[in-house]
Amino acid sequence: MRQFVAKKADSAGFSEKDVEQIKIAVDEACTNVIKHAYNGEGEHVIDIAVILSSDKLTVRIRDRGRAFDPETYAEPDLIEFAKSRKSGGLGVHIMNRLMDRVEYKTKGGVNECCLVKYLPGSN
Amino acid sequence: MSNFSVGFRNNGSIQILDLKGELDAHTASELEAAIQKCQAGSSYKIVINGSNLAYISSAGLGVFMAYIEEIRENGGDIKIAALQEKVFNVFDLLGFPILFDITQSEDEAIAKFEE
Repeated sequence: MRQFVAKKADSAGFSEKDVEQIKIAVDEACTNVIKHAYNGEGEHVIDIAVILSSDKLTVRIRDRGRAFDPETYAEPDLIEFAKSRKSGGLGVHIMNRLMDRVEYKTKGGVNECCLVKYLPGSN
Repeated sequence: MSNFSVGFRNNGSIQILDLKGELDAHTASELEAAIQKCQAGSSYKIVINGSNLAYISSAGLGVFMAYIEEIRENGGDIKIAALQEKVFNVFDLLGFPILFDITQSEDEAIAKFEE
Protein backbone atom coordinates (compact mmCIF):
# COMPACT_ATOMS: atom_id res chain seq x y z
CA MET A 1 0.00 0.00 0.00
CA ARG A 2 2.82 2.42 0.93
CA GLN A 3 4.74 1.42 -2.21
CA PHE A 4 1.66 1.81 -4.41
CA VAL A 5 0.99 5.36 -3.24
CA ALA A 6 4.71 6.26 -3.31
CA LYS A 7 4.97 5.11 -6.92
CA LYS A 8 1.97 7.20 -7.96
CA ALA A 9 3.30 10.28 -6.14
CA ASP A 10 6.73 9.83 -7.66
CA SER A 11 5.43 9.61 -11.20
CA ALA A 12 3.25 12.69 -10.56
CA GLY A 13 6.43 14.72 -10.12
CA PHE A 14 6.75 15.11 -6.35
CA SER A 15 10.20 15.36 -4.76
CA GLU A 16 11.63 12.45 -2.81
CA LYS A 17 10.84 14.29 0.44
CA ASP A 18 7.21 14.91 -0.60
CA VAL A 19 6.80 11.27 -1.67
CA GLU A 20 8.06 10.16 1.75
CA GLN A 21 5.62 12.52 3.48
CA ILE A 22 2.65 11.31 1.42
CA LYS A 23 3.64 7.70 2.16
CA ILE A 24 3.70 8.28 5.93
CA ALA A 25 0.40 10.21 5.91
CA VAL A 26 -1.36 7.38 4.05
CA ASP A 27 0.14 4.85 6.47
CA GLU A 28 -1.19 6.87 9.42
CA ALA A 29 -4.65 7.23 7.87
CA CYS A 30 -4.95 3.50 7.17
CA THR A 31 -3.57 2.56 10.60
CA ASN A 32 -6.26 4.77 12.15
CA VAL A 33 -8.96 3.07 10.08
CA ILE A 34 -7.77 -0.39 11.17
CA LYS A 35 -7.32 0.57 14.84
CA HIS A 36 -10.20 2.96 15.42
CA ALA A 37 -12.83 2.62 12.68
CA TYR A 38 -12.61 -1.20 12.72
CA ASN A 39 -11.20 -1.66 16.28
CA GLY A 40 -8.42 -3.85 14.94
CA GLU A 41 -10.89 -6.71 14.55
CA GLY A 42 -11.96 -8.95 11.70
CA GLU A 43 -11.50 -8.51 7.99
CA HIS A 44 -12.70 -5.33 6.38
CA VAL A 45 -12.24 -3.42 3.20
CA ILE A 46 -10.34 -0.13 3.01
CA ASP A 47 -10.81 1.57 -0.32
CA ILE A 48 -7.80 3.64 -1.38
CA ALA A 49 -7.74 5.82 -4.48
CA VAL A 50 -5.01 8.13 -5.71
CA ILE A 51 -6.57 11.01 -7.67
CA LEU A 52 -4.30 13.24 -9.67
CA SER A 53 -5.39 16.61 -11.02
CA SER A 54 -3.41 19.41 -12.66
CA ASP A 55 -2.32 21.00 -9.38
CA LYS A 56 -2.62 18.35 -6.70
CA LEU A 57 -2.60 14.74 -5.61
CA THR A 58 -5.42 13.47 -3.43
CA VAL A 59 -5.36 10.15 -1.62
CA ARG A 60 -8.94 9.19 -0.81
CA ILE A 61 -9.41 6.56 1.88
CA ARG A 62 -12.87 5.10 2.51
CA ASP A 63 -14.10 2.72 5.19
CA ARG A 64 -17.40 1.56 6.65
CA GLY A 65 -16.37 1.55 10.29
CA ARG A 66 -16.78 4.01 13.15
CA ALA A 67 -16.48 7.61 12.01
CA PHE A 68 -13.72 9.93 13.22
CA ASP A 69 -14.79 13.38 14.35
CA PRO A 70 -11.88 15.80 13.79
CA GLU A 71 -13.64 18.34 16.06
CA THR A 72 -12.89 16.13 19.04
CA TYR A 73 -9.19 15.98 18.26
CA ALA A 74 -6.75 18.23 20.09
CA GLU A 75 -3.12 18.47 19.05
CA PRO A 76 -0.98 16.81 21.74
CA ASP A 77 1.53 18.68 23.87
CA LEU A 78 4.63 16.53 23.52
CA ILE A 79 5.94 16.92 27.06
CA GLU A 80 2.55 16.19 28.63
CA PHE A 81 2.15 13.33 26.19
CA ALA A 82 5.38 11.66 27.36
CA LYS A 83 4.36 12.10 31.00
CA SER A 84 1.10 10.31 30.29
CA ARG A 85 3.08 7.31 28.95
CA LYS A 86 0.71 6.95 26.05
CA SER A 87 1.89 5.59 22.74
CA GLY A 88 -1.04 6.39 20.47
CA GLY A 89 -2.59 9.59 19.21
CA LEU A 90 0.26 10.98 17.16
CA GLY A 91 -1.00 9.81 13.77
CA VAL A 92 -3.53 12.58 13.11
CA HIS A 93 -0.92 15.11 14.21
CA ILE A 94 1.56 13.69 11.67
CA MET A 95 -1.05 13.68 8.88
CA ASN A 96 -1.91 17.33 9.54
CA ARG A 97 1.75 18.31 9.50
CA LEU A 98 2.69 16.37 6.38
CA MET A 99 -0.19 17.15 4.06
CA ASP A 100 -1.51 20.47 2.74
CA ARG A 101 -5.10 19.50 3.57
CA VAL A 102 -6.78 16.67 5.46
CA GLU A 103 -10.56 16.43 5.14
CA TYR A 104 -13.09 14.04 6.61
CA LYS A 105 -16.68 13.34 5.76
CA THR A 106 -19.22 10.60 6.43
CA LYS A 107 -22.15 9.83 4.19
CA GLY A 108 -24.42 6.79 4.03
CA GLY A 109 -22.25 4.80 6.42
CA VAL A 110 -19.07 5.45 4.44
CA ASN A 111 -16.30 7.47 6.03
CA GLU A 112 -13.96 9.30 3.73
CA CYS A 113 -10.61 10.85 4.52
CA CYS A 114 -8.92 12.88 1.80
CA LEU A 115 -5.23 13.68 2.05
CA VAL A 116 -4.24 16.47 -0.30
CA LYS A 117 -0.81 17.66 -1.38
CA TYR A 118 -0.27 20.35 -3.99
CA LEU A 119 2.23 19.74 -6.74
CA PRO A 120 5.44 21.75 -6.60
CA GLY A 121 4.99 25.10 -8.28
CA SER A 122 1.19 25.22 -7.86
CA ASN A 123 -0.37 27.65 -5.39
CA MET B 1 6.77 -11.27 7.10
CA SER B 2 8.27 -8.55 9.20
CA ASN B 3 10.92 -6.42 7.58
CA PHE B 4 12.04 -4.96 10.88
CA SER B 5 14.56 -6.24 13.37
CA VAL B 6 16.33 -5.13 16.52
CA GLY B 7 19.93 -6.11 17.26
CA PHE B 8 21.41 -5.92 20.76
CA ARG B 9 24.94 -4.74 21.58
CA ASN B 10 26.65 -3.44 24.71
CA ASN B 11 29.17 -0.68 25.25
CA GLY B 12 30.05 -0.92 28.96
CA SER B 13 26.83 -0.31 30.86
CA ILE B 14 25.13 1.13 27.80
CA GLN B 15 22.71 -1.00 25.80
CA ILE B 16 22.77 -0.30 22.08
CA LEU B 17 19.77 -1.25 19.96
CA ASP B 18 20.40 -1.49 16.22
CA LEU B 19 17.14 -0.89 14.39
CA LYS B 20 16.83 -2.19 10.87
CA GLY B 21 14.03 -1.91 8.35
CA GLU B 22 10.60 -0.35 8.62
CA LEU B 23 9.08 0.59 11.98
CA ASP B 24 5.32 0.92 11.66
CA ALA B 25 2.10 -0.22 13.31
CA HIS B 26 2.91 -3.85 12.43
CA THR B 27 6.45 -3.85 13.79
CA ALA B 28 6.27 -1.39 16.71
CA SER B 29 5.60 -4.27 19.11
CA GLU B 30 9.08 -5.64 18.32
CA LEU B 31 10.71 -2.41 19.46
CA GLU B 32 8.47 -2.44 22.52
CA ALA B 33 9.61 -5.98 23.35
CA ALA B 34 13.26 -4.93 22.92
CA ILE B 35 12.87 -2.00 25.34
CA GLN B 36 11.05 -4.25 27.83
CA LYS B 37 13.95 -6.69 27.57
CA CYS B 38 16.38 -3.87 28.46
CA GLN B 39 14.23 -2.98 31.46
CA ALA B 40 14.03 -6.61 32.58
CA GLY B 41 17.84 -6.73 32.53
CA SER B 42 17.98 -3.41 34.45
CA SER B 43 19.59 -1.71 31.44
CA TYR B 44 18.20 1.78 31.46
CA LYS B 45 20.91 3.53 29.47
CA ILE B 46 19.82 2.92 25.91
CA VAL B 47 21.22 4.17 22.62
CA ILE B 48 19.10 3.63 19.53
CA ASN B 49 21.27 3.29 16.43
CA GLY B 50 19.02 4.23 13.52
CA SER B 51 21.53 4.03 10.67
CA ASN B 52 19.64 1.12 9.09
CA LEU B 53 16.16 2.33 9.96
CA ALA B 54 14.52 3.08 6.61
CA TYR B 55 11.06 4.19 7.76
CA ILE B 56 9.16 5.26 10.87
CA SER B 57 5.49 6.10 11.45
CA SER B 58 3.73 7.39 14.56
CA ALA B 59 3.35 3.87 15.96
CA GLY B 60 7.14 3.63 16.19
CA LEU B 61 7.51 7.11 17.64
CA GLY B 62 4.84 6.24 20.16
CA VAL B 63 6.99 3.45 21.61
CA PHE B 64 9.72 5.95 22.55
CA MET B 65 7.09 8.20 24.10
CA ALA B 66 5.51 5.39 26.09
CA TYR B 67 8.75 4.30 27.78
CA ILE B 68 10.86 7.44 28.16
CA GLU B 69 9.43 8.56 31.53
CA GLU B 70 9.87 5.15 33.15
CA ILE B 71 13.43 4.81 31.80
CA ARG B 72 14.36 8.25 33.14
CA GLU B 73 12.78 7.53 36.52
CA ASN B 74 15.23 4.65 36.74
CA GLY B 75 18.19 6.92 36.11
CA GLY B 76 18.53 6.11 32.44
CA ASP B 77 17.64 7.61 29.11
CA ILE B 78 16.91 6.74 25.50
CA LYS B 79 19.26 8.56 23.15
CA ILE B 80 18.71 8.34 19.43
CA ALA B 81 21.66 8.28 17.04
CA ALA B 82 22.67 8.12 13.38
CA LEU B 83 19.20 8.53 11.87
CA GLN B 84 18.85 8.77 8.10
CA GLU B 85 17.72 12.23 7.06
CA LYS B 86 14.22 11.18 5.95
CA VAL B 87 13.64 9.40 9.27
CA PHE B 88 15.08 12.30 11.30
CA ASN B 89 12.64 14.60 9.50
CA VAL B 90 9.72 12.68 11.02
CA PHE B 91 11.17 12.91 14.54
CA ASP B 92 11.82 16.60 13.96
CA LEU B 93 8.36 17.28 12.60
CA LEU B 94 6.77 16.14 15.84
CA GLY B 95 9.21 18.09 18.00
CA PHE B 96 11.09 15.08 19.34
CA PRO B 97 14.37 17.02 19.67
CA ILE B 98 12.73 18.84 22.63
CA LEU B 99 12.31 15.58 24.50
CA PHE B 100 15.17 13.40 23.28
CA ASP B 101 18.89 13.72 22.67
CA ILE B 102 19.21 13.01 18.95
CA THR B 103 22.84 12.84 17.78
CA GLN B 104 24.61 12.41 14.47
CA SER B 105 26.65 9.43 15.61
CA GLU B 106 26.47 6.56 18.08
CA ASP B 107 29.69 7.78 19.74
CA GLU B 108 28.12 11.17 20.45
CA ALA B 109 25.10 9.49 22.02
CA ILE B 110 27.33 7.33 24.23
CA ALA B 111 29.38 10.41 25.23
CA LYS B 112 26.17 12.14 26.34
CA PHE B 113 25.70 9.46 29.00
CA GLU B 114 29.09 10.44 30.39
CA GLU B 115 28.29 14.17 30.63
